[in-house]
Amino acid sequence: MRRYSIFTVFIGLLALQGCATPPLRGTGDLGVVIERAAGSIQVVETTHRTRLGQIAGLGDLSHASVNYSRDERYAYVFGRDGALTKVDLLKMRIEKRVMQSGNSIGGAISQDGRLIAVANYTPGGIKVFDSETLEQVADIPAIDHTGKPSKVVGLVDAPGNRFVFSLYDAGEIWVAELRDPAKPALHKFTNIGKEPYDGMITADGRYYVAGLFGEDGLALLDLWHLDAGVKRVLNGYGKGEQKLPVYKMPHLEGWAATGNELLVPAVGRNEVLVIDQNNWMEAGRIPVHGQPVFVVARPDNRQVWVNFAFPNNDTVQVIDVPSRAVVKTLKPGKAVLHMEFTPRGENVWVSVRDDDRVEVYDSETFAKIGELPADKPSGIFFTPRAHRTGL
Amino acid sequence: MVKLLNKLFQVAGCGLLCVAVFFPGLAQAEPTAEAVAPAPARQKELINLVRQDCGSCHGLRLEGGLGLPLTPQALREKSPDALKETILYGRAGTPMPPWKPFLTDAESGWIVQMLLKGLP
Repeated sequence: MRRYSIFTVFIGLLALQGCATPPLRGTGDLGVVIERAAGSIQVVETTHRTRLGQIAGLGDLSHASVNYSRDERYAYVFGRDGALTKVDLLKMRIEKRVMQSGNSIGGAISQDGRLIAVANYTPGGIKVFDSETLEQVADIPAIDHTGKPSKVVGLVDAPGNRFVFSLYDAGEIWVAELRDPAKPALHKFTNIGKEPYDGMITADGRYYVAGLFGEDGLALLDLWHLDAGVKRVLNGYGKGEQKLPVYKMPHLEGWAATGNELLVPAVGRNEVLVIDQNNWMEAGRIPVHGQPVFVVARPDNRQVWVNFAFPNNDTVQVIDVPSRAVVKTLKPGKAVLHMEFTPRGENVWVSVRDDDRVEVYDSETFAKIGELPADKPSGIFFTPRAHRTGL
Repeated sequence: MVKLLNKLFQVAGCGLLCVAVFFPGLAQAEPTAEAVAPAPARQKELINLVRQDCGSCHGLRLEGGLGLPLTPQALREKSPDALKETILYGRAGTPMPPWKPFLTDAESGWIVQMLLKGLP
């Protein structure tokens, strides 16, 4: 009892002190949960699995995504309405905010951490900002080789202060080198395939892969050998069969690169495709519960977690990578939108949009170990992304 | 791309019109959307579906994304019947999927009315 009261006094003192200066803390266990409809974000910490605060006024956050500064203190939030917001996770407030386009889809931070690039639908292209001031330093409109504007998707950073992205309408992949942001050097690859809908880069920053919606296949670019051009891989994996309707576009940011294999969502098929990274041939297929949306590898690459498009979006499946078998099927709730592993993978956080909560699972036992309320949560982004190419 | 979509749209709309001209009985047999509004609980579900699930391509505010904008302004010139058909059967050659497995004809018509008015 006495111990308790001393503890209370201690907490009280801490709180008082907090008024003057916030207690010191690191940011390596922090993260952001997007509340897409409310236009707010929650700042969370994964050590005790709690919410530290909520920041409102970020606009339309449907399809919002987040990059982190290299010191893991600032979150750059990309909103659908074209807003780029820089949030201070420690002071728990909006630091700067710019409306940089009419409609955007995501962003990337450069290798040196100085540049933030945003991919836009309207007007199509990328805009590049100084990560400290959010002043615009470059504007690269996506005008294709026939002179038409195109929506930009699949924007990632690559070594050499480069950004790589795909032109959805035009079927092109562009590499923008921004060593000197005033003079971006562009390498354009045309006729890469119909409707690239998203792109990813392997963890080593060497291979950029764009998924195609308009045809069965993927477009592959080796960034070590730009001269070799874009190659088509897994061409015709649907073998001409009728595609199933796709009620939500797969996302490739979370494509799993598990050692020598890439696990990727099939389009219009209830399968996860396994690609052998040595020869870029199909190495297998794993039948799953629905159209995969995110295929995310646990940091140790032993497991891959998969969520699904409407109407199968109440389910998450876990694939054991060595055996390529689904070893667990979970039903977290209505409309599972995203999954994010803690830095070393012991837990996974799952957003359940229509049930207004985030669930936390033990990735070894699959037991649910926690739950946090959230208003229509979508993306979950933890700060260790700061140090991973392409995230 | 947008032009092509518009063209497709006109063709689809024209097809419907032809059906209406040649099979007037068939067209009349379909209850108009406004006549049959879904039950309140279902209305709530449908609004959530449009905002959240249609919103994943068309934007939460329906101002467009990978899919075209679905605001009253954007849809003003379109035929409500053709819009209803697009929802039910999707649009070939684009990522728009058919929602018929999840919606009745009347529900699709009601969604069109709501879109044209502006979603609550």
